[in-house]
Amino acid sequence: MTLRNTLLFAFVAALIVIEGMTASWNTALGILNMGLISAILALGVNMQWGYAGLFNVGIMGFVALGGLAPVLIATPPVTEVWTAGGAFRLLFALLVGVGVIALAIVLNRRLAGRTRIAALIVTLIGGFFLFRALLDPAVEVVEAFRPATHSNLGGLGLPVLLAWPVGGLLAAGAAWLVGKTALGLRSDYLAIATLGIAEIILAVMKNEDWLARGVKNVISIPRPVPYEVDLQASAAFTDWAAGFGADPVTASTIVVKLLYAGLFAAILLLLIWASELALKSPWGRMMRAIRDNETAAEAMGKDVTRRHLQIFILGSAICGLAGAMIVTLDSQLTPGTYNPLRFTFLIWVMVIVGGSGNNWGAVLGGFLIWYLWIKVEPWGHALMGFITAGMSDGPLKTHLLDSAAHMRLMTLGAVMLLVLRFSPRGLIPER
Amino acid sequence: MDFLNAIVALLNFVVIPATAYGAQLALGALGVTLIYGILRFSNFAHGDTMALGTGFVILFTWWFQSMGLHFGPLPTALIALPFGIVVTILFVLGTDRAVYRFYRQQKAAPVILVIVSMGVMFIMNGLTRFVIGVEEIRFDDGARFVINAGAFKAATGLAEGLAFKSTQALTILTAVVVVAALFLFLNRTRTGKSMRAFSDNEDLALLSGINPEKVVAVTWMISAGLAVIAGTLYGLDKSFKAFNYFQLLLPIFASAIVGGLGNPLGAIAGGFLIAFSEVGFTYAWKKVATYVLPESLAPEGLAQLLSTDYKFAVSFAILIVVLLFKPTGLFRGKSV
Amino acid sequence: MNTSNPYQDDRGNNDRSITREGGGDLPYPGKGGAAVPAPGGPFLAAENMTGGYGAADILHDCTLTVEKGQIAVIVGPNGAGKSTAMKAVFGMLNLRGGHVKLDGEDITALTPQDRVAKGMGFVPQTNNVFPSMSVEENLEMGAFIRKDDFRSTMEQVFDLFPILKDKRRQPAGELSGGQRQQVAVGRALMTQPKLLMLDEPTAGVSPIVMDELFDRIIEVARTGISILMVEQNARQALEIADRGYVLVQGANRYTDTGAALLADPEVRRTFLGG
Repeated sequence: MTLRNTLLFAFVAALIVIEGMTASWNTALGILNMGLISAILALGVNMQWGYAGLFNVGIMGFVALGGLAPVLIATPPVTEVWTAGGAFRLLFALLVGVGVIALAIVLNRRLAGRTRIAALIVTLIGGFFLFRALLDPAVEVVEAFRPATHSNLGGLGLPVLLAWPVGGLLAAGAAWLVGKTALGLRSDYLAIATLGIAEIILAVMKNEDWLARGVKNVISIPRPVPYEVDLQASAAFTDWAAGFGADPVTASTIVVKLLYAGLFAAILLLLIWASELALKSPWGRMMRAIRDNETAAEAMGKDVTRRHLQIFILGSAICGLAGAMIVTLDSQLTPGTYNPLRFTFLIWVMVIVGGSGNNWGAVLGGFLIWYLWIKVEPWGHALMGFITAGMSDGPLKTHLLDSAAHMRLMTLGAVMLLVLRFSPRGLIPER
Repeated sequence: MDFLNAIVALLNFVVIPATAYGAQLALGALGVTLIYGILRFSNFAHGDTMALGTGFVILFTWWFQSMGLHFGPLPTALIALPFGIVVTILFVLGTDRAVYRFYRQQKAAPVILVIVSMGVMFIMNGLTRFVIGVEEIRFDDGARFVINAGAFKAATGLAEGLAFKSTQALTILTAVVVVAALFLFLNRTRTGKSMRAFSDNEDLALLSGINPEKVVAVTWMISAGLAVIAGTLYGLDKSFKAFNYFQLLLPIFASAIVGGLGNPLGAIAGGFLIAFSEVGFTYAWKKVATYVLPESLAPEGLAQLLSTDYKFAVSFAILIVVLLFKPTGLFRGKSV
Repeated sequence: MNTSNPYQDDRGNNDRSITREGGGDLPYPGKGGAAVPAPGGPFLAAENMTGGYGAADILHDCTLTVEKGQIAVIVGPNGAGKSTAMKAVFGMLNLRGGHVKLDGEDITALTPQDRVAKGMGFVPQTNNVFPSMSVEENLEMGAFIRKDDFRSTMEQVFDLFPILKDKRRQPAGELSGGQRQQVAVGRALMTQPKLLMLDEPTAGVSPIVMDELFDRIIEVARTGISILMVEQNARQALEIADRGYVLVQGANRYTDTGAALLADPEVRRTFLGG
């Protein structure tokens, strides 16, 4: 790592430290934690775009899908709905649904001409109604159970850390489906496919209450770290905090955040290590060869579509992992909060600003852009307060003050455009 | 069995809303497809251009309303529309001058322009929220209905009412006029032909002395104009909410791609295909079915194929099916 | 493609749903210099041209001249720089040395577009029509820079290529190879050029169509338009050439009248297959 890059990282670290010293360590650590997750997300997207030029505009979908994992893995099971008419029938219906699609794919391959179209139409339409006939009553049973608190299948009651790799797997599965369809077409249609699948995943998560309560949200998902109240209740902890002269409440929140930070940092470092290793391996060289000249790589016998599919799945899995981490950090799944600007396009800003194709660049971009995302809003308020200070009270002043929050969208857009224009390879360019 | 009532119900709940929505999507998709054909990239900021432009139209509408200016039975927004279009065109041309032109002269890869349009999208999105806020705004005024459900029932004696909102009529009418004008422009005028030539073969167009900057500027102007018209019609028909316009990006892209990217005719066909599928799949067919089917066969439930929230899934599924069978879209994409 | 220009680095992305491939290579107009009067000399004099696309030169001190109403043909083995020499004359290549003069003016600093305005017409080897536009529209676009009435020119083109008149409403992309070449030549003629440059006009067409095309080219030359043409079919091309250039590795090897080159045993043995 060059001096310039070290300085850039030191600069971002200093920003967070200054935040801690001038405002509060709680918010500083909050920025750090989401910064770590953002860096992981940026790493995943950087794999797809930076290594292989794959344009994923459905990051939000993979993040949301990964977020489902903590609910399915860590929340306690709702045993009451696991009856023949309830959850089991629901699972059976889902299997039937998968079977119908599998059958359609087989028919599509085996048959030709008019028979193919007729068979496909019959299978898909018939299958759809069969699926709905099986699913709907089961869903009713499941969702009828204590709608105020449950109405879903619940989870497996396993440790939440297990949900992180599972989140990755869920996203990888979705990515396989998307990639298989969009990269296997005669030409590459990945962007629109990811844009669509992200909306579909979100629609499913918002509407299928039996899955994760939809927009009713799942709260109090188990945590991998102690609860603040438990720490405050423990005499050993309060004594230890008193040793620093700290207030036990503040100390407990900071310790919890630090524990999260430790976990996230460990994963981030592991991922950086692995991706740097991969990039230098023959596999990484092959990826770059494909990227720089696809035709030549194909002529040398490289299966370009397969490599693209592979890297698309890998990158999406990392996004899913990060999604599971976000939900774990928040202890809740709120599908209503997923929004493409925040969870797709902001990640793109991170990768582009940091430096496409460079893992360290992506990590730096993740931290820096997240910091700006959080900080520009208060700065906007301060700026608007300053601008409107001399104004008399009136609708314009109120409007300006109210709108200050939207400054961050404009600022981040401007940051991205400026970097693209004057430093097109990003802050830490690819070597 | 009551076919008349069934047809009226079908018109009322499916055909009319889907036609209006299809017209709005088609106008949006036309803008996307023109930019794609000539500037060679998909403009991610198009949804926000629609939102910002409609925001300007709303501001003008409010201003005119405050001056007591009205347009008889038609919405005041219609007077405001040309002003909104002009302001949006100026804004978009300014964006091109400040942002895109540099990359064009660098002969930048189109995918870089896609990323650039993301940056523009952020700025426009923020600006729209800054200018007009995030709240839902209704800005239609004038007569509400061309055909009123109650009056229709009274006049025809049918059980089923037919409501034809004036905004829907306006949408369809405007779309027809605008599309006809666009095709006349592209096929009959020197500038329009030069745009098609530029899209067909850029180098040969340059060798023929066609000024690329002029072609690009005209393309931006048309695309912005279409975006504002589409956005205003959508806002009149439903309501204005900045985020909804951003969300429209998916069905608009889907329309343009289904039809064959770069092909204006395809964009229109795609818009209607997507709109009719969305409405058709998410409409509760119970009412129509009860009229048509014998009593014993009438559905118990709503007979709704998918919940309304899955409308994006429908656009997407249609897109995939079309691409699997016709990879270049319904109308072979490419030329403007 | 990973290029030195970061703005052109697409990282191998070829996503059809967001980008459209096949953009142009020509620079946009407005960056070229001006023409300088340089009276005397042949009608077209491209002298001592040296240059290439990147660091390595492709052309070495290459000279091509054409007199008014004459047909000049460039032949040579594959990779000899024939098309490159043509592009250099047309300004699509940065020259390190040499100059191009047309009709008493030094046009070395001009962009291709400006050269069109000065009376050069260029027919590229491939992608030389607007495929989705009708034949008539193709010709119209050829006359784009003309402010006067171009209908008589279009009639002349239709007289020269009668088949185009029958197919005037058909999209050029749907025509056969030979007909498409006729559209391409017709499009270039619409500016009423003083010099028409053809890059392998007979590539990929049948021998009958080739003879037909050469006849038409002679007809064009008879109207006083100078022709500079690159050809693979060397023997047939030299037969109609007033002047022939044999290029080898970007340099002039033999220069003479077409008939003399055809008669030269050395040229016959080496380049015309005996």
